[in-house]
Amino acid sequence: MSDERTLDLLEAKIEELRQLNSEDGIDLSGEITKLEAKLLDLRRELYSNLSDWERVGIARNPKRPYSLDYIQALFSDFYELHGDRVFGDDLALIAGIARFDDQPVVVVAQQKGRSTEENKQRFFGMARPQGYRKAKRALELAERFGFPAITLIDTPGAYPGLESEESNIGGAIADSLLTMTQLKVPILSVVIGEGGSGGALAIAVADRVLMLENAIYSVISPEGAAAILWKNKEQAKDAAVALNLTADHLHDLGLIDEVVPEPLGGAQRDFGRTSADLKAALTRHLDELRGLKLSELLDARYARYRAVGRFQERESGGA
Amino acid sequence: MAIFRDRQYLRVNVDKSPDESLWMKCKSCGELIFKRRVRENNNICPNCNEYFFLTAEERIEFLVDEGSYQDITKPIIANDPLMFVDRKPYCERLEEAQEKTGLTDAILVGRAAINELPVVIGVMDFRFIGGSMGSVVGEQICHGIETAIKDGLPFLLVSSSGGARLQEGLFSLLQMAKTAAVRGKLAEAGLPFISIMTYPTSGGVQASIASLGDVIIAERGAMIGFAGRRVIQHTIAQELPSDYQTDAFAFEHGAIDRVVKRENMRDELSLLLGFFAEVT
Repeated sequence: MSDERTLDLLEAKIEELRQLNSEDGIDLSGEITKLEAKLLDLRRELYSNLSDWERVGIARNPKRPYSLDYIQALFSDFYELHGDRVFGDDLALIAGIARFDDQPVVVVAQQKGRSTEENKQRFFGMARPQGYRKAKRALELAERFGFPAITLIDTPGAYPGLESEESNIGGAIADSLLTMTQLKVPILSVVIGEGGSGGALAIAVADRVLMLENAIYSVISPEGAAAILWKNKEQAKDAAVALNLTADHLHDLGLIDEVVPEPLGGAQRDFGRTSADLKAALTRHLDELRGLKLSELLDARYARYRAVGRFQERESGGA
Repeated sequence: MAIFRDRQYLRVNVDKSPDESLWMKCKSCGELIFKRRVRENNNICPNCNEYFFLTAEERIEFLVDEGSYQDITKPIIANDPLMFVDRKPYCERLEEAQEKTGLTDAILVGRAAINELPVVIGVMDFRFIGGSMGSVVGEQICHGIETAIKDGLPFLLVSSSGGARLQEGLFSLLQMAKTAAVRGKLAEAGLPFISIMTYPTSGGVQASIASLGDVIIAERGAMIGFAGRRVIQHTIAQELPSDYQTDAFAFEHGAIDRVVKRENMRDELSLLLGFFAEVT
């Protein structure tokens, strides 16, 4: 079994040969074709039978496209809004107005940093209360002007530090949840990478919830579950399986509406195709939602969340 | 505030193993005390004022008018949608918790009166898998709120929960949105929601329904917050003050309206409910 690094090395080798081929006039095309076929085989082998734990790795891959990449690809004229009007701005959670197929929409998303420097500002995509309060403000703006809201989820979770607790992170998340259950415009949410716990759900209460094929969405990280339930951090792999956190599992459980496919190896392998597929899916769902009367939209959203959960009638006699 | 005795947690004794003896030893002061006197004193040590932990049934007994509680808890139980197994299968944990507590899940819901003012009340029980909110707890809270709407009554929720029920995965997480949605309907109906936070109110419960009260009252000694001490130390290894997530911390930072001693809670609630009685 080869890992992704081997594949990257092989790919670099092929690229080298290609250059030699064109620069030096040596005919290596036969060699190149052979290697390309080999690379494709290896990639298929590596990615066709991914374990849940391997998907966690892909969802967190630092080469994976982040929210701003999708915003650039899916929307035009993204006009970012800053600040919660109370305390500060939070760059882990970005919000703004943009055009989607020429129509104005409000976009709310978690944004991870690419570099250490950027992550210092973006807190690795972990939003603080001011982030959720900015999200709420942007969503209310959407409602006021009848703009649909599109949210992109990619966070390990809400920022768990002292300053978050001091400005009531739990209350900020709760307020965002309540706002989204009642918002009088269509809401579409897409988990593009990591959907980590309450910090993810806080901007993912929607009329349609989509997930990219290699995204994960969970009540707790596999590492956290392993530490709490297994009392052993090493068992994160087992926790990842038990939590049913992959897009396919959650779709089978009826908890999300659609899985958007990714190329072998993940969205970064062919971002053009991934973003085009996502755009097509969003357009389709938004068209459906735009066809609903406001009361139908809100009733359906309410019914969706009122019904969520699995339990059974208690047999008489027993506890 | 005089009510905060110190800046540490009030230690809450959660040991509830069934025991027929008439005497108990207070874990805080070591005094041997007559159990009946403790019960008559709202489960507070008559010697050192340590709060002992309350089960949902005890909480109801201390909080509402005698004989007024009429249980409306739905006859439902969790059904392990993920067939979750950690060190132990979830279905076994459920059976054990049911056996230990005599409850179907971590909450009781009923109609009751507090100083003759009628309410619908939900009371969580920490003994049942840490009072965690899974599909059943979420459904019972919604059922309580819907009953309050139907009857035109205020809704009270006494939280005692570590957060979401991890063994139900995303089903549990989504209970946060479910309870928030139904809470919105109570507001539309013009009915009050009083959230009472006790030891502990944290994680997914604190970050949803418990923080959405029209008025939020903490019982003295409550632990209130989103991410626990251990989570923070594991993830960002930050130094935390000794009063982190105490009732005093939540109060000083404006997350809650008031901190109330257990023995004053009933009178406090009836005073508050009195204001709303004129509009509901």
